[in-house]
Amino acid sequence: MDTTLRPAPVDAKPLLEPRPRTGRRSNPVARALGYLLLAAAAAGVLLPFYWMAVSSLKTDNDVFTVPVHWLPHTVVWHNYLDIWHRSQMSTWLKNTLILSFTVTVLQLFTGSFAAYGFSKVRFPGRDALFLVYIGTIAVPWQSYMIPQFILMSHLHLSNTLWSIIALQAFGALGVFLMKQYYESIPEELSEAARIDGMSEYGIYRRIMLPLSAPALASLALLTFVNTWNDYLGPLIYLRSPSLRTIQLGLSTFVSQYNAEYALIMTGSVLSVLPIAVIFLLGQRYFVEGIATTGLKG
Amino acid sequence: MATTIEAPARRPDRPARRRRSRRVWRNTAVGWSFLLPNFIGFAVLTLAPVLVLFYLAFTDWNVFGVARWTGIANFKRLIHDQSFYTALENTLYYTAVHIPLTLGAALGLALLLNRKLRGVAFFRTVAFFPYITSIVAAAQVWNMLFSPQYGPIDAVLRLVGVAQPPGWTVSTTWSMPAVILVGTWREMGYYMLIFLAGLQTIPAQLYEAARVDGANAWQRFRNVTVPSLRPTTFFVTVMLTIGSFKVFDLILVLTNGGPDQSTLVLSQYIYKKGFQENQFGYASAVSVVLFVLCFLVTIVQFLVNKRRNA
Repeated sequence: MDTTLRPAPVDAKPLLEPRPRTGRRSNPVARALGYLLLAAAAAGVLLPFYWMAVSSLKTDNDVFTVPVHWLPHTVVWHNYLDIWHRSQMSTWLKNTLILSFTVTVLQLFTGSFAAYGFSKVRFPGRDALFLVYIGTIAVPWQSYMIPQFILMSHLHLSNTLWSIIALQAFGALGVFLMKQYYESIPEELSEAARIDGMSEYGIYRRIMLPLSAPALASLALLTFVNTWNDYLGPLIYLRSPSLRTIQLGLSTFVSQYNAEYALIMTGSVLSVLPIAVIFLLGQRYFVEGIATTGLKG
Repeated sequence: MATTIEAPARRPDRPARRRRSRRVWRNTAVGWSFLLPNFIGFAVLTLAPVLVLFYLAFTDWNVFGVARWTGIANFKRLIHDQSFYTALENTLYYTAVHIPLTLGAALGLALLLNRKLRGVAFFRTVAFFPYITSIVAAAQVWNMLFSPQYGPIDAVLRLVGVAQPPGWTVSTTWSMPAVILVGTWREMGYYMLIFLAGLQTIPAQLYEAARVDGANAWQRFRNVTVPSLRPTTFFVTVMLTIGSFKVFDLILVLTNGGPDQSTLVLSQYIYKKGFQENQFGYASAVSVVLFVLCFLVTIVQFLVNKRRNA
C-alpha cells in the first residue's frame, strides 16, 4: 500500500481512542439508533458465549429442551469437576502451556532481532528479502503444509512438541510487526549511540528493546493466543494422545462423548477461559498490534 | 507495499570508496547476523516447502515409495476429478459471500464505534472476542445453536413464524450459509479494528469542510470516508480473500465438509488426499492450484488498486 502511516510513536496517545469531534453532536434520534444497533450487535455476538456458559452448568438432558431454557433449572457445578476425571484435561493444558510459552519466547526473540536487521542496518538485498517475507504472509499455509510435513518427518520432528514450536516460532508476522514499530523510533537515537561507540547489538538490546516494549507486548499476546488456539498444526503433527493440546484434546473428546452436551460445553469454557482472561488484561496491546499490522499493509 | 527505501547514497569520491566498500561488507555481516535466527527457521520451514511443493506436484509420491516424476499426470487427473470441482466451487461460494458480508459488517461496526457513544470500548471488546476464541470451542457451540430440532436459533425462527426453519449444518443447501455465518461472526471484529484504525486517520477537517459545503451524512460517507479509507479497504479485501480461499479449520470442526460434500473446500481436499489417503503428489497438485489462485487474485487486486490510485 502506498500510504506511509506509521504506528503510534512511543509517547503518543493510544490508537483507537474515540476521536474528540469538534463542534456539534449528532442528534438524539441518531444516537438512540446507534445505541440500539450496538446493543443488538452485542447481543448477537455474545449469544454463543452465553449459551456455552449456561449449558456448561446444566445436565445433559437440560441442554436441549423445547422451549429453550435460557437459564439452568438447577446449576450443575459438578461438570467442572467431572471433566478432569473424564478427560486428560491436565495433560492437554500442560502441553498447550509448554507450547504457548516456548513459541512466544522464541518468536519475540527471533522476530525483534530480525526486525532490527531489516529496519536499522543497511545492506544490499535487504529490501528484496523483506518483500519475500511479506510475500509469504500472502501464501496460505494450507498450500505448503504437505512439503512442510515431509520435511519435518525427515528432521524427525513430527509427533513431538518440537514440530509445533518450529512451526510457530519463526513467523513472518512477528518480523513485520516489530519492523513497523522500530521504524517509528527516530533514527537519531541509534545514530547517537553509534557515535558513542555502541555496537549494533548494544543498540538493539539497550535502546530498541526497552523502547519497543508495547510492540513486544502486542506480539507476545498475539503469538500466545495463536499458539493456544492452533488446531491444524497439532492435528497434523501430534499423533500420540499424550502430546495432545487443549484444542486437539477437546475435539477428540467431542467425538468420543458426542451426546454429553453439557460436558462438551464445560470443556469449551475451560479452553476459552484462559484466553479470555489474557485478552481482557492485555486488550490495549491486542488492539494496537492489530491496528499496526493493518495500517501499513 | 511501499517499504521505505533509503535514498541511495551519493556517489562517493575515489579515496573514500575503499572505506565505503568495507563498511558495506561490515553492515552486511551485521545485518545478516540479526536476520539469521529467524531466517534459518523461515527458510527451512516456509521457503523450502513452498519451493518443494512445485516439484512434488509433478510426482506420484505417497508416504512409502520414492517420488517419481510423472509430468503433468496429476493435473490431468485433476481435470476429471469431480470432487476437486466441488471443492473449488464451494471455496468460491464461501469466498464470494464471506468477503462482502464480513467487509460490510466490519465497516458498519467500525462506523458505529467511531462516534462519541457511551460503551464504545465495551462493544469493541465484545466484537473482537470471537476472534480470539478457539475455533474448536466456537464450533461446538454453534453446532448446538444450529441444531434443527432443539437448537435455539430454529426455535426463535419458529417463534417468529418460520414454519420450516433451515436445517443448517445437516442440510446440503444450508450448511454453507451456516459456515459463512460463523466465519463472519468470528472475523468481523478483527477487520472492524483495522477499519477503526483507518477511520481515525481521516482528518476531522475534511468532514468539517464537507459540512460547510452542505454535504449530508450519506454524501460525507461517499465522498470523504470511502476515498480516505481506500488503502484500509484494500488491505482488508486482500486479507479477506486469502483468508477465504484457505478456509479450513472452521469447516473441519463445524461440518467436516459435509453433509455430502456440500461444504468440502480446497484446503480440506488437500488435507484429505494428503494426510488421510497419503497421496502426497496429488495433494500437492491441488495445493498448487490453491497457491496460484491466491497469488493471481492478490496480483489482480494490487493492479486494480494501483490503477484506481493513479
